[in-house]
Amino acid sequence: MKKYSTYLATMLGSFLILSGCGNPDGKANSNGALASSNAEKVYVAPGEQDEFYAFMSGGYSGNLTVYGLPSGRMFKEIPVFSQFPTSGYGYSEETKPMLETSFGFVPWDDSHHPDISQTKGELDGRWIFINGNNTPRIARISLSTFETEEIIELPNSAGNHSSSFVTENTEYVVAGTRFSVPIPQRDMPINEYKGNFKGSLSFISVDPNNGHMDLKFQILMPGFNYDLSHPGRDKSHGWFFFTTYNTEEANSLLEVNASQNDKDFIAAINWKKIEEYVNNGGGTKMPANYAHNVYNESTHMATSTMKKEVLTVDPLKVPGAVYFLPTPKSPHGVDIDPTGEFIIGNGKLSADLTVHSFDRMIAAIEAKKFDGEAYGIPILKFDDVLAGTVKSGGLGPLHTEFDGKGNAYTTFFISSEVVKWNLETWEVIDRKPTFYSVGHLMIPGGNSRKPFGKYVVAMNKITKDRYLPTGPELEHSAQLYDITGDKMELLYDFPTHGEPHYAAGIPADLLAPKSKKIYRLDENEHPYAVTSPAEAKVVRDGNEVHVYMSMIRSHFTPDNIEGIKVGDKVYFHITNHEQDFDVPHGFAMIGQNTSELLVMPGQTKSSVWEPKEPGVWPFYCTDFCSALHQEMQGYVRVSPANSDVPLKFSLGE
Amino acid sequence: MKKASTIMIIGSLFLLGLFYFPLWNIMLGAPQYPEPLGMDIYISGIKGLSEFDLQNIDGLNHYIGMKTIPKDGEMWEFEVFPSVILTMVVLGIFIGLFGFLGKLSYKWFIGWFLIMSILGIMGMYDFNEWLTDYGSNLSPNAIIKVVNADGTPMTYKPPLLGYQKMLNFDVTSLPEKGAWMMFIGMTLTLVAFYLGWRSHKNGIT
Ligand SMILES: [Cu+2]
Repeated sequence: MKKYSTYLATMLGSFLILSGCGNPDGKANSNGALASSNAEKVYVAPGEQDEFYAFMSGGYSGNLTVYGLPSGRMFKEIPVFSQFPTSGYGYSEETKPMLETSFGFVPWDDSHHPDISQTKGELDGRWIFINGNNTPRIARISLSTFETEEIIELPNSAGNHSSSFVTENTEYVVAGTRFSVPIPQRDMPINEYKGNFKGSLSFISVDPNNGHMDLKFQILMPGFNYDLSHPGRDKSHGWFFFTTYNTEEANSLLEVNASQNDKDFIAAINWKKIEEYVNNGGGTKMPANYAHNVYNESTHMATSTMKKEVLTVDPLKVPGAVYFLPTPKSPHGVDIDPTGEFIIGNGKLSADLTVHSFDRMIAAIEAKKFDGEAYGIPILKFDDVLAGTVKSGGLGPLHTEFDGKGNAYTTFFISSEVVKWNLETWEVIDRKPTFYSVGHLMIPGGNSRKPFGKYVVAMNKITKDRYLPTGPELEHSAQLYDITGDKMELLYDFPTHGEPHYAAGIPADLLAPKSKKIYRLDENEHPYAVTSPAEAKVVRDGNEVHVYMSMIRSHFTPDNIEGIKVGDKVYFHITNHEQDFDVPHGFAMIGQNTSELLVMPGQTKSSVWEPKEPGVWPFYCTDFCSALHQEMQGYVRVSPANSDVPLKFSLGE
Repeated sequence: MKKASTIMIIGSLFLLGLFYFPLWNIMLGAPQYPEPLGMDIYISGIKGLSEFDLQNIDGLNHYIGMKTIPKDGEMWEFEVFPSVILTMVVLGIFIGLFGFLGKLSYKWFIGWFLIMSILGIMGMYDFNEWLTDYGSNLSPNAIIKVVNADGTPMTYKPPLLGYQKMLNFDVTSLPEKGAWMMFIGMTLTLVAFYLGWRSHKNGIT
């Protein structure tokens, strides 16, 4: 007993000692008494994490990149509209259907405006949406896997630019057409554009449970160019606002011919009214052909379905649903403040900003104070809807975001600056140069009811001398400003991949805790998955050979395969048996006319190999997975087409 | 003596904690494992701290030729321990009850404590034997064979108690909630014995 008590005492003692020294690796103590320098504001010490995620569109990369703020460190490139050999996206058999369209397989797009799903006007961090501009598509990306889960093509659209913005409860993700086109498409003289082309505004419903998108209706608007859009929020929830240019309906030399009208329009759409009309059987079904591609996380496979019909709405048939707000000088962005009252038109050829009032707009509509109509759509009087003008002295306003403290921040492309102004007095509070020629800007949550007004990121179009030169082609440059004070403070430059147009930011604590670490092997429903190495096999079906292969540190099962012949089509279906965070394995076969595969723990991916020459051909793991990564390899014996070498596979024989 | 007997019963009941909480815990942290892998040792088996920890520990251990962690039914101990503990609980309650009714002397309390201590030491001895076997009975085909400075093969026995550095891993082995409840319960039976002895000395029954 004494012995036991001593033992007990020893254990208690050692427990205290062990728990007493629990102050691990020295994390930088940033609570110094000195005022922090700009360097300290962006310094995220080794081992520490950023405060915000920033999702930047890839522009002509077709993808979406993930950065941390304030550090500007890039974490990931999420393949969306473009083939991505790094992971095999768009190359693997499972993901090829993601890039199917009515035009066939389109391996690229121009991605512009990411927007994070919202609930009650606040970021909810479930999904992020982004538009493909060139071959009109909208993608939905999961914010737990950071993978593209769904892509829907838009018929009757061309230059899908005024997209992809979500309504306050993610009822819809909305997409407008930049080009007006003949609807339906037909062979006709281009110069008969005026009065004959139409612009479609697409309302894609989002299933609140799984995010699945469905093109609910398209409004067929006059043949203007619909440039950008934003939803109403709070009191203006239920409305959607689109900027237009080329209300002249020019079909050539637009830089001159589309800049003749002193004012273009902001189209105000009461989508709740149209939704009601549609729900009561309104609208016209029109034959169409567009792809709907869905990736299933359980089967790890995408399917592509062609949809054959779209419901179109003639706005004239829904009285009170659509109005035009005259707005000077070819407005580019239209941005709604967090209260939903102010509709900011950024007249890109102007020095000033036009701010419309939602309340005044409603009052003018109720009083029926119209200033004529365009193609039957009532035009409100400019002076009746105007709330104020921001006299900035800058040139070329493009986009505005909000800090939630009564201030707005607008980019000016031509004069290359960010201007901070007050939402009541319309007075300019501060202006800071950008380097150079800023396009969009982003405040995390800055287009929601609840902005997190700590930083603004300016996304510049021109880089020039900001970094070491890398030949004629340069990455674009983003700049981070601290906006917690009265005056903005430029903290940092960082290069961004592709051409970020818009971006979306969200506090890290809304996303990081639910980020997925592995796929569960016991939930893998891929038809060619092997959930135990014992199930690995090679099956011949005519000249198709299916290899059911598993991989775990540090071998493939099987790793020796014989009996393959020239002319065979060999499908490698590879399941990663790891169930540990951050242990992908790769697969690459010599001479394969496709990319490698990078397979996440618990996932199955497939790729095709068509051996052309007899021989013994090696494959290996492309991800340095373990100390024995270099041993993670195998051989396939390929015999002449007419040989009778039996099909055989093994591991460790 | 009634108070002492009640405490004796309560003390024995504390052992039931072993059925719900782990007895022991071994944590393995490494530079690549900022969130350490962990195994919780229950009287009825071994579980991972997180769902896939055991699989991942086995995966790592195969490099150095260690056997896999025993699954349920692979070690007789996990069959026997629960019945031994349950027997001791029932026995403790009976001793307490009979003490309460004045049918048994307070000396039975210390008797129970001594038996429990002997069983505990035997259990620890057995656990240590298993750890030794687990850490040193290595496959001759191990992928990585590390030798000590004196040329003997390195073994990987996790510490019975406390901290040890093993290759790239920091290994910590400590009693867990179940063990603490057992220690508290056993201490209570000692208290019961003391109170029983005092009331006996003062002539109160
Ligand atoms: Cu590997």
